[in-house]
Formats: sequence, C-alpha cells, structure tokens
Amino acid sequence: MNPVQLGAGAADPLEVALRDLALPAPAEVKAGALVRVGLADEWAELPSPLGPIGVAWNGRGVSWIDRADEPGAFEARFATRVGRPLTRAVAVPERTARAVAARLAGDRRIRVPLDLRGRTPFEVAVWMKALEIPRGEVRPYGWIAAEIGRPKAVRAVGTALAHNPVPLVVPCHRVIRSDGSIGQYSLGGPAAKRTVLAAEGLDPEALEADARAGLRFLGSATTRIVCLPSCHNARRITSRHRRPFAAFSAALAAGFRACRECRPASGAMAAA
Amino acid sequence: MDPDVALAARLATDLDRAFPALVDAHAGRLYTIALRFLGVPSDAEEVAQDALVRAHRALADYDHDRIRVLRLRPWLATITINLARNRRRRQADRRPATSIEPLVATGLEPRQALGESPPAIAERREERRRLADALLALPPTARSAVVLRHVDGLSVAETAAALGRPEGTVKAQVHRGLAQLRRHLAPETHIDPNSAKELTA
Repeated sequence: MNPVQLGAGAADPLEVALRDLALPAPAEVKAGALVRVGLADEWAELPSPLGPIGVAWNGRGVSWIDRADEPGAFEARFATRVGRPLTRAVAVPERTARAVAARLAGDRRIRVPLDLRGRTPFEVAVWMKALEIPRGEVRPYGWIAAEIGRPKAVRAVGTALAHNPVPLVVPCHRVIRSDGSIGQYSLGGPAAKRTVLAAEGLDPEALEADARAGLRFLGSATTRIVCLPSCHNARRITSRHRRPFAAFSAALAAGFRACRECRPASGAMAAA
Repeated sequence: MDPDVALAARLATDLDRAFPALVDAHAGRLYTIALRFLGVPSDAEEVAQDALVRAHRALADYDHDRIRVLRLRPWLATITINLARNRRRRQADRRPATSIEPLVATGLEPRQALGESPPAIAERREERRRLADALLALPPTARSAVVLRHVDGLSVAETAAALGRPEGTVKAQVHRGLAQLRRHLAPETHIDPNSAKELTA
C-alpha cells in the first residue's frame, strides 16, 4: 500500500492542491459563447455605397446594419432598437463580409444568414420579398403588398421597410412610392436612397421625371409585353418600340400582356 | 440551497434571460476541466465555449420539466469532457500534451492569498505548474477521472456517469491516478508518515 496515502478526507494535501488548479474562464470564453448563441452581438465596419457602414452580427446571423459615421451613433441606435450587449470587433468575419459584399454587388444567390428574431411574420415576408428585387431595379410599395398577398397593406409595407434592421442586405432602397417618387429611406433619407440606387446603375432622377410625365409602365411594340419601367426587360426596348402607359389597365386594353419577371400587375390597382 | 436548482428553474422559464447567469456560474469550471485535461489554453478556451454553445442548443430543445430537474454541474461537465476527449483523440497523433507554461504568459496566474510574500507566490505557482504537468502526464483515462473527481469536485457517481464508465472503474482510476501523481511530485521523498513522525519526535 502507498505509505503517503492519507485517506479520502478533505485534508489530503494532494486533493486540496488539485482543487486549487481551478482557474477563471478568460473573458473571451464567456463573451464568445453569448455571441454564438445570439445573446450578444459584435460589430465592425464594411465599405458600402454610402461610405463605411456598421454591421452587427451574432451566431444566428447579421442582426443590424446602420450608419456609423458619427462616433457612438451605431452603438446608441443598436441599444435602443435591439438592446443586446454589443462589442466592437476588429473586423466582420470573413464569410459574412464576403456574403454582404456579394449582396451589395447584386448577387441574390448568396445566402447571408440574418438574425430576424422578434420580428413579425408580416415584416419578414416584406423583407424576403424585397430580396427578390434585382439590383438596378425598383418596385412600388404596392407591388410588395400584392406579391405577399396583402394588397391593401401598402402603408404597413412602408412601415415594415422603414424598420428593416439590415438595410442594403435586404434592399429596401429598391422599393419606391407607387407614384414613382423615390420615397423615404431609413439609412439617411431620400438623398442616401438616390446614392445607393445610382451606385446600382439606376438613374433615379430620370425615373422620377418619367413618372411625373405619366410613364408608370413601359411596353414593347415588338413583344407586346408591358413592364415596370426599371425592369431589365423594359430597359432593353429600343426607343422607337417603347410604348409608355400611365395605367396598367391601359396597357391591357391595348393588347399588352404582363412581363413575367417584374409582374407589373402586382399592386397596379393600388397605384391607379 | 444549491444555486444550480434555482438557476435550472430560471432556465426552464426563460432560457435566454437566464443563460448569461449559467455562463457566469460555470464557464470557469468548464475552462478548468478542459485546460487540466488538454493542457493548451487556446484549446481549452474553444472547448469551454463550444460546451456552452452546445448546452444552450440542448436546453432550447428540452422541455420545461426536463430543464427544471437537470443537474447542471455534472451535465455541463459531461458535455465538456466529451468535447475535450474528442479533441484529444483527434490531436493525439499530431501534438503531445504540453505544460501549462503559456498560462503565465497570458496572465492566468493562481489566486493570490492575502499577505503572501512574493517568494511564497512564486513557490506556489511553481507547485501548481508541477502538479498540472504531472496531471498531463497521466494516461487520458485516469486524467479525465481525476480532473472531474478532484479538480472539478464531482462525486464518484457523477464522474462515472459523465465518463460513461462503471463507478468501480472510476474509483480505481482515480486511486491509481492520485498514486501516480504522488510518485511524480515527490519521487525521492517518499516518506512514510509514521517514520516522519519518528524523525520529528
């Protein structure tokens, strides 16, 4: 038998010494675990058409995107609107940064995981529909409302887009007013919205001028198909075949059928 | 009352609200288990964090009654030692167990008793380092048993359940592990307490 063995009592110095091997967890273990389960967030800046923009994320996905030009502004807005603990990180994780950059470049196939906990199914439906709008194109609020099966909820669509927690990634800037004017934008007002749309290859001023002149739909005399003016199919129509319409019903009456990609009939009644 | 009972009740009622308290109460234990078993601080940090994330995922799936009666200490230890054992098996061929020397560099030094003189602190730190090294020199089966039973302080039954081994096996592994630690720590001064008494009498 081992002569040093003192029995199982707490007085055994070896057992006491073993208990004394306990250490506190490094702070990163705790903070990292809370971020990974989505109970805390980190943020860093990414380039965007509006200059550097703040992006917050946790283990569930991107949780908040906002302007970060003034010191403390990003943290303050996150605290009010999200309320979880937030810490500044050195950089956006590479995979997230790449996915966001691809989205901003117009690649809709890239999946950007989003943390949309606590949002209503209606809001999520609006944002997911906005994701379908191609880069360089715009759709009216009424179009979103009709497409998600709530044609009368045009105002609620506007509110949901104003509450979009991840602007640019969910392109609420591609949704405009039904009269063709640019409308509001949560990420810095109409001027910022114009900047983002221009960066995507759209001419917002020309679009608004056309709308004021009564051009809400554009048909092709050769295909007899009618589109929303910013639809990529409409932009291919040569000038001598362009047939402008102020109302969708007028295009139908003239024997045009709706483009299957921009689906101009959606919300067209609300726009009338 | 065991604070874990109240914590389990809070987790059952509102997981996300109560989870930070679980992290505060248990992250140190889980880090210690992983570090004393693996020996590498960065690996231990990852294992402890993974264990907490897995615990959250599991709790999100468990129903209210199951969480309420969950015994958090052994449950979390089980998750942690399993992750640590898997990691050790994956790494066994690639990297030998190392000493905890990097801890000094990262500033994770032993708790300092009040009024301890600098030489006493240095001596205590050296003792801890030798014990941690001796622990890492144990075979993995004995090491996992000793870490859970004596570093973390689980009961023999809890240690056996966490490791998926019979209680008798765990008892024998702990016994042999402690004996080996004693030999490691004091190879030349193996003094019979009775003869020591005689010497000082």
